[in-house]
Amino acid sequence: MRKIFIALLVQIAAIAAVGPALAQEAMSLDAQVNQTFAAVTGPFVSFIFAPIPGTSFPWIVMWLVIAASIFTIYFGFVQFRFFGHAISLVKGDYSDPNDAGEVSHFQALATALSGTVGLGNIAGVAVAVGIGGPGATFWMILAGLLGMASKFTECTLGVKYRNEYEDGTVSGGPMYYISKGFKQLGIPGGKPLAILFSIFCILGALGGGNMFQANQAHAQISGIVGEYPGWITGVVFAVVVFAVIVGGMKSIARVTEKVVPFMGIMYVAAAIIILAVNYDQIGWAFGQIFEGAFTGLGVAGGFVGALIQGFKRAAFSNEAGVGSAAIAHSAVRTKEPITEGVVSLLEPFIDTVVICTMTALVIIITGQLIVDPATGDYMMNGSMIATVGGTSGVALTSAAFGSAVSWFPYVLAIAVILFAFSTMISWSYYGLKAWTYLFGEGKTTELIFKLIFCAFVIIGAAASLGPVIDFSDAAIFAMAVVNIFALYFLMKLVKQEFYSYRERLASGEIKKFKG
Amino acid sequence: MTTTLVIGLDGHESGERVLDYGKRMAGLIKDSELLVVYVVEWSPYSFQTPEENAQRHKRRDEEISLATERVIDPALAKLKEAGVNARGVVRHGHVADILNAVAKEEGAEQIIVGRASNQGLVDRLFGSSTSTLVMSAHVPVTVIG
Repeated sequence: MRKIFIALLVQIAAIAAVGPALAQEAMSLDAQVNQTFAAVTGPFVSFIFAPIPGTSFPWIVMWLVIAASIFTIYFGFVQFRFFGHAISLVKGDYSDPNDAGEVSHFQALATALSGTVGLGNIAGVAVAVGIGGPGATFWMILAGLLGMASKFTECTLGVKYRNEYEDGTVSGGPMYYISKGFKQLGIPGGKPLAILFSIFCILGALGGGNMFQANQAHAQISGIVGEYPGWITGVVFAVVVFAVIVGGMKSIARVTEKVVPFMGIMYVAAAIIILAVNYDQIGWAFGQIFEGAFTGLGVAGGFVGALIQGFKRAAFSNEAGVGSAAIAHSAVRTKEPITEGVVSLLEPFIDTVVICTMTALVIIITGQLIVDPATGDYMMNGSMIATVGGTSGVALTSAAFGSAVSWFPYVLAIAVILFAFSTMISWSYYGLKAWTYLFGEGKTTELIFKLIFCAFVIIGAAASLGPVIDFSDAAIFAMAVVNIFALYFLMKLVKQEFYSYRERLASGEIKKFKG
Repeated sequence: MTTTLVIGLDGHESGERVLDYGKRMAGLIKDSELLVVYVVEWSPYSFQTPEENAQRHKRRDEEISLATERVIDPALAKLKEAGVNARGVVRHGHVADILNAVAKEEGAEQIIVGRASNQGLVDRLFGSSTSTLVMSAHVPVTVIG
């Protein structure tokens, strides 16, 4: 399995490496990459998105939503009851001053967020609204709220079962909690499951965490400077990513980490300004969202189409149940793993309920989706809703913001590039952790992964959106298949921790240090 | 009762003068102890990469041992040589907050620090750690020029 997997990766990487020489061929390099990529990944994508027999509903979407609902009920609506406590924890009210200098709750949350806030919020939402109509927003918000419980479960486990090495560094994530947790419960099969998760995590890192980002960054740049071959953007990005993850150019990463939160805040601020200017239409927009949620307002697939798109894009954006955040959150130094789980439930809230909703509202309010005046339904252009500029994905969001603030697409372009970059850096780490879980820690094995990661940046930028988005979704959802399956067995361990923590919090044994 | 004086060192040359002054004060007070504090500038609200987070605990230990070795130990050696009763501590956080917090915890009589060692643009705009300390401290602060 391992050999086949490496052979496949090397093969795909080779296509990117010999790129420029092939550009002279009859078919352009971009088209070749695209065709090969679609052919290689097709069967995997079809399996993940296979509909439930007799319906058009992909089983994977059902899988995520049912899981999030079960965790929500199992933990007694923890996302609502502990929301205030999560904010206290992030503010540092419960942080022991003697632990100053360790990773704080705020830092773990910010790091995890910079891995999730990005193109999913800008391009993904545009895809959801473009296919599923405004109604997709309703399902997206619902999925975001439910997803908070999934995040709580996996991040608690991430901290509880991480590996702490003698030199003081840590490695955590689903592969560790699956193998250790199953062993603790005496359930066989933990190790193979952890290996399977790691394989999918590597694919997810190369797909959604890399190719999708490179692809959309290219779309954004070429939208401003004009069309040019995607592999050029890919090479430039690959070189910068290489400088950071292989060359150890921490300065680039540090600048990005500082600029990204600023960009995020600016993005939300711009959205709020646009909404404030069009305040008289907010009621209408919410009307469209609610009506569309249950009727579809003429979109392909009706309300089921809206629901599928909403759930899909929410999961892709906030990654609840996927297991990636558990890797990021596991670095926090805390005596109580539950605290990190509680903090992590803010992540889908900020990512999906706040930021994604902003994007959707701006697209709807600025009238990007063309309504047929005769029927009041949306005009269709194939399976997509017709838009004012014929745009989709990130270009649709850009057009929406641009229609209100003419220069905003330039700011958005910079934001997209930076978001794409920071997501890539985060996912290169997630992928690396899965890689080292499989092949062991060591300089050479790490370098091999990092080189493959850079090669995929080029492929991602060169391929067209369709196959890339399919593969990215499929790989990330495949992680959720394994992770959630394991979470069903492990959730009782979280419950024990949670109950004990809740009691000690109520009895005053867990004290506030300030505030 | 022992009188505790907090000495804030930042690893710059003014530290010598701060120590000398502390030594003199200790000589004037009958039963005294100097608490030498070095603060590693750190904020719980900064942004870090996942890799930096994973290595944070290790880096923290390294920062503490480096500060102890380079600043605290030489200072304590000098004070002990002069027969002064002294302890040292390394903490993470903002200089002004930590010095004030340590002074409070230890019931110190006063805090002795050096004048701001660099007067860059940021310091001019937002005030140096020393000026923040002078404005916010709960005990008297002596600033050595």
